[in-house]
Amino acid sequence: MTPFIFTRLAQSVLVLFIMSLLVFGGVNLVGDPVEMLINPEADQAEVERVIRELGLDRPVTEQYWYFLVNAFKGDLGDSFIFGEPALKLIIQRMPATLELALFSLFISLVIAIPLGIYAGYKPESKTSKIIMGGSILGFSMPTFWVGIIFIMIFAVHLGWLPSTGRGEIGTFLGINSSLFTLNGLSHVFLPALNLALFKISSVIRLTRAGTREIILQDYITFARSKGLSEKRIVLVHILKNILIPIVTVVGLEFGSLIAFSTVTETVFAWPGMGKLIIDSIYNLDRPVIVAYLMIIVTFFVFLNLIVDILYTFLDPRVRIKGDSQ
Amino acid sequence: MNPKIKKIKEFWKDFSSNKVAVVSLIIFMLILFVAVFAPLVSPTDPYDLNTVSIMNSRLAPFSEDFSGNYFLLGTDGAGRDMVSAIFYGLRVSLGVGVLSGIFALIIGSFFGISAAFFGGKYESVVMRIVDIQLSFPSILVALIILAAFGKGVEKTIIALILVQWAYYARTARSSALVELNKEYVDAARCLAFSNTRIMFKHILPNCMAPLIVVGTLQTAHAISLEATLSFLGLGLPITEPSLGLLIGNGFEYMYSGDYWISIFPGVALLITVASINLVGDHLRDMFNPRLH
Repeated sequence: MTPFIFTRLAQSVLVLFIMSLLVFGGVNLVGDPVEMLINPEADQAEVERVIRELGLDRPVTEQYWYFLVNAFKGDLGDSFIFGEPALKLIIQRMPATLELALFSLFISLVIAIPLGIYAGYKPESKTSKIIMGGSILGFSMPTFWVGIIFIMIFAVHLGWLPSTGRGEIGTFLGINSSLFTLNGLSHVFLPALNLALFKISSVIRLTRAGTREIILQDYITFARSKGLSEKRIVLVHILKNILIPIVTVVGLEFGSLIAFSTVTETVFAWPGMGKLIIDSIYNLDRPVIVAYLMIIVTFFVFLNLIVDILYTFLDPRVRIKGDSQ
Repeated sequence: MNPKIKKIKEFWKDFSSNKVAVVSLIIFMLILFVAVFAPLVSPTDPYDLNTVSIMNSRLAPFSEDFSGNYFLLGTDGAGRDMVSAIFYGLRVSLGVGVLSGIFALIIGSFFGISAAFFGGKYESVVMRIVDIQLSFPSILVALIILAAFGKGVEKTIIALILVQWAYYARTARSSALVELNKEYVDAARCLAFSNTRIMFKHILPNCMAPLIVVGTLQTAHAISLEATLSFLGLGLPITEPSLGLLIGNGFEYMYSGDYWISIFPGVALLITVASINLVGDHLRDMFNPRLH
C-alpha cells in the first residue's frame, strides 16, 4: 500500500516538473511581450529599463531557476498587464469558474440519469432510440457553436436570459456566489447548460450501459419474483447501483468541466479563470499563462492521485498489483 | 470467388444492416468530395481579392448583388460567399483532422504494439505515460501546447496528434496482447522472422479493426477540437480559414442579428462530425464481440 502511494506521488512530482519545463520553456520562446507592453514611441533606454525590470535580460535557464524557487514560496510572478501577482488574479477568478462547473455538473446529472436509466430499462422503445440518437448528436455538437446559438436564441432573439457576465452576487453561509441571487442564476443558466451538453451525452451512455448490466443481475430477478413493483425496482435497486460507477466518474468529469469551461467562458464572457487564460494568451502575459497552466496541471495530477489512492481502498486487486511492482 | 472480395461483400452486408450508418457514410463521402475538390465545386474563390467585393458585405441568405451574383447562404463581413467559404473551410478542417489522425495512428500503434511485444520495463513506462496523458482532458493537453508554443498549422497538428496518440496506443496494445497468444505469432517466431516484421507485418494487420473504430471516433473529435481551438484564436492562423475560424468571424456580427455568418459553418461542422461519429459508432457495434 505505502510503496504504491509513494511511486504514484513520485510520478506526480515528475509530471509536474516536466510540465513546468515544457510550459516555461515554451512560453519563453514565443513572441516578445515587451513589444506589446511598451509605448511604441519609447526610446531605447526606456525599453531596456522595462526589459531589466521584468527580468527578461537574464538567460532563460536563470529565469527558470528563479521561477522554480519563487514557485515553492507560493509566488508565480506578477502579471505583465495587471501588475498584480498572477496567483492572486487566478484565485480571484476561481470561484466564478467553480460555480459554473458545479452548476453545470448538477444540470447534467439531473437530466442525464433519468434519461439514461430509461434508455437502459427499455432499450428497444422509440423514446430510447431518440435519446441515444440525441446523445450522439450531443457528442458531435461543438460546444462553442451551441453557445453561440444559445446566445442568439435566448439572449438576442427572445431576450429571455442575459448572455454575458456573472450578474449579481449573493452571500450564503459566508460564500459569495451568483448562484444565490435570481439575477445571478439567470446569468449562470445559459453558460452552465452549454457546458453541460457534452457531459449529458456521456452520462446518458454511462447510465444506460450500467442499467443494462444491472437489469440482468440475479438480485433484480429476485426482487421481481418477490413481487416488488417495477417503480420500486427502478428507483431503489437500479438507481442505487447505478450511482456507484457514476459517482466514481463524476470526480474526473468535474475536472474536465473546469478545463472545458475555458471555451464556454470565452463565449459567454464569464469572468472566470478560463477567460483569464485566453485573454492572457492574446496579451502574451507570460506569468499568468505559466501560473494558470501550472495550477491546473497540479490540480489534475492530484485529482488523479486521489482517485487512484481511493481505488486501492475500494478495489483490493489494484492494491496487490501495486505492491508487487 | 476471390476471398478478399467475398470478405468485403460480407462486411458490407453487415454494415448496411444499419440504415443510419449507411446514410451517414454517404453524407461523409459527399463532404469529403466537396473538401477535396473545393476549388472546382465552389461558386467563387472566396480568397481571390479580385472577385470578393466589400460592397457585398453581410448580405442575407438568398440575396443577389448588383451584378447578379447569387449568394445562397449570404456573405460574411468581407463580402465572401458563405457557400464557398464553407467548402474551403471543410478542406482545411478535414485536412488537419485527417492528417493528425493518421500521424497519431502511426505513432500510437507503434508504441502500443511494441509495448505489448517487448513487455517488461519498456511496456510499463509507455503505458504509464499513456495513462497519465489520458487523465488530462483533451482540451487541456491542446491548451498547454498552444498556450506555451503559440498558434500555427504545425503546432495545431502536433497538439492534435498528442491528444490522440494515447488512445491508439492503448487500443493497439490490448489487441496486440490478444494476438500475441495466437499460433501464427509462434510460427513466425519459429521461422526466425525479425521482431519488426512480426510486429508490423503480422500483428498490426490483425489489430486494424479496433484501430479503425478508434480512428473514426478520434478523427471526429480532432476536427471538433481544432474548430474549438481556432475559434478561441489559439489554433490555425487566419491564413488557413477552417470552419472554426469562420464561426469565430461570425461571432462578432451575431449581436447585430447577422446569424448566418456563424450558423452555417457550424451546421457544416456538425454534419461532418456527426456523420463520422455515426459511422464509427456502428463500426464499434459490428466489431464488438460481446454484442454477437
